Amino acid sequence: MGKIKVTIDYKPLEIEEGTTVLHAARQAGIGIPTLCYFQLHDMGIENNPGGCRICVVEIEGRRNLAPACVTVCTDGMVIKTNTIRVLNSRRTVLELILSNHPADCLICAKSGNCELQTLAHRLGVRQIAYQGEQSHFREDRSPSIIRDIDKCIMCRRCEMMCNEVQTVGALSAINRGFDSVVAPAFEQDLIKSPCTYCGQCVAVCPTGALTEIDHTPEILRALADPTKTVVVQTAPAVRVALGEEFGMPVGTIVTGKMAASLRRLGFDYVFDTDFAADLTIMEEGTELLGRISAFLAGDKDVKLPILTSCCPGWVNFLEYNFPNMKDVPSTAKSPQQMFGAIAKTYFADKINVKREDLIVVSVMPCLAKKYECQRDEFKVDNDPDVNYSISTRELAALIKQANISFHELPDEDFDNPLGESSGAAPIFGVTGGVIEAAMRTAYELFTGQKLEKVDFIELRGLEGVRKATIKMGDQDIHIGIANGLGNARKLLEMVNKGEADFHAIEIMACPAGCIGGGGQPLHHGDSSIIKKRAAAIYEEDRNKPIRKSHENSYIIKLYEEFLGKPCNEKAHHLLHTHYFDKSTVIEGTVDVENN
Amino acid sequence: MAYIKLVESSLKTIKDICASFGYRKGDLINVLHKVQGALGYLSAETQEAVAKELGISAATVYGVVSFYSFFTMKPKGNHPISICMGTACYVRGAEKVVNEFKKQLGVEIGETTEDGVFSLTCLRCVGACGLAPVVTVGEKVYGHVVPDGVEGILNEYK
Repeated sequence: MGKIKVTIDYKPLEIEEGTTVLHAARQAGIGIPTLCYFQLHDMGIENNPGGCRICVVEIEGRRNLAPACVTVCTDGMVIKTNTIRVLNSRRTVLELILSNHPADCLICAKSGNCELQTLAHRLGVRQIAYQGEQSHFREDRSPSIIRDIDKCIMCRRCEMMCNEVQTVGALSAINRGFDSVVAPAFEQDLIKSPCTYCGQCVAVCPTGALTEIDHTPEILRALADPTKTVVVQTAPAVRVALGEEFGMPVGTIVTGKMAASLRRLGFDYVFDTDFAADLTIMEEGTELLGRISAFLAGDKDVKLPILTSCCPGWVNFLEYNFPNMKDVPSTAKSPQQMFGAIAKTYFADKINVKREDLIVVSVMPCLAKKYECQRDEFKVDNDPDVNYSISTRELAALIKQANISFHELPDEDFDNPLGESSGAAPIFGVTGGVIEAAMRTAYELFTGQKLEKVDFIELRGLEGVRKATIKMGDQDIHIGIANGLGNARKLLEMVNKGEADFHAIEIMACPAGCIGGGGQPLHHGDSSIIKKRAAAIYEEDRNKPIRKSHENSYIIKLYEEFLGKPCNEKAHHLLHTHYFDKSTVIEGTVDVENN
Repeated sequence: MAYIKLVESSLKTIKDICASFGYRKGDLINVLHKVQGALGYLSAETQEAVAKELGISAATVYGVVSFYSFFTMKPKGNHPISICMGTACYVRGAEKVVNEFKKQLGVEIGETTEDGVFSLTCLRCVGACGLAPVVTVGEKVYGHVVPDGVEGILNEYK
């Protein structure tokens, strides 16, 4: 591509041919405001419908203003981004968008984090000259996500995420004109759609139209109930993002402050999902080795590749889209659910508390976890193993409500016996991490030799689909990794067509893995935030004295005291699950006329 | 598994039409046009079947069906009545004609009478502006329609 010359706000600039006005301006340090436009740079995610008209600019020689996000620069173009005409037009566009937007900013779940609100502030809108008709759609409350569609501004970011990035196909723009909104087919509720609850629509929604179900009131009630013992577990990706909610630099590791804040909130025991991640490796790693060993011994019926099963968004996706493969994933429950099962048996017995008096709360970077913990197969006598799952954002809200000065907290440790973890556990929070953790243990069990180099660099990275070969002794193990459900689809279609010879595949539903989850602090399209969280996850791993799951002394003790051996009958009963066919089948019925 | 039931002959019609377009996703509008022509309307079940055949989401199909006013999700009456609300017809009193049809049939625009005989829709210009206001019943075109003539038109089909 050649270079061309343009002038933006009297500033001459040389840019690559094909650059849009928006990106050319950014290169010149000029931040043209946008609303519907969305991009996660380097991650292949872009929403560019050119619909909202907030980014209009004046181009010399053109009669009409042009939207910067979809206008490609031409050689010699003279662009002005801040003339009185542009500023007035931009403000009018925004006033029109606001004219039928519910003005409940004071109590909106997105207040303070809303891109529409930020824009109104930035453009100095102090009055709205137009009064538009209000829409009155019913609120849709799924187990994970609330759709308050009166607040939809038709930026269509969620539609792009759901269809292009995740290929889930739960959402589409429907109707026309004033009635147009983004909704599931036939305007049904999300629960009746193929939604996986990955929450990526929530992660990119600029307004309060898509938010998570808020479980903080239930948790405050449980903490205040003297008859209940309340324990909490925190997922690996939470500790590298929670600090952002308190204005700390992105990538700050706040594990110690998080544990301290949970103790001050009144949780009786502050535990760690990382412990359950190590437990997952014991079960999933054993299953992986069992299948590979059987395959190498010539067993033709063994299901390979083994697919990881930690991610509930991915499990939902499999159940809807690849029901023919429902016997292929590892049967190991996710760390969240393994933790719940152990807490309500092994730990409840240890502290002599009845199951119904023990409340298990999880803090997750994820919205699909809310759905997962309510699945029937994870309940005993209608009592869920994990009672409530809250997001990183909800934990931050709880800490703020409880007057806890997060910055000033000391670093504290998790409680035992369910709080100890190896370095293999935190990396569950980033794409490639689960399989790396599994390989650290599988290698030693398979070869009987000590693994000297625990860092499998070849499994790391943020590309959507990755392949790597790991040597275990003389044996080559072929591994596939996908992050984002669209990428998972690509890998699975290769497997379905017999085009791939993987032994194991790791899948995480969210781009970059849990660090980019739907329950994390909002990144507003800044991919550097996700990269810094990934770096922090690996730092957390490096800082651990023990790096392999099977060396975690509390895991060893759990097997000695309670479970016996990995994948034995007791472990299967408590720590393994099965999957369902949730696909839609069109069935022909006999014609009425023929009866 | 979720089962969606469709009459076998309708399902075959849908499959044949999708096959005739080579299952091309880009031909969704044409497929829907043909399917509506064959089955009369596009039920939710029909849309699910089209989605499955073309390998796209039901939400995408519904997005298209709900966008274009030509597509309908309700069964039409035996005698579909369409009143032109294009500019020429509108200024020559089409709205009064619409109101008279609504009154006589007891239905709103987009609805079908309880006995299934008539359905009422509006459309934008049939290209016969010289005859404004224009009403069509099935394939038959009526020109220069006035509210007093509505009863006579309906009586032809009773």
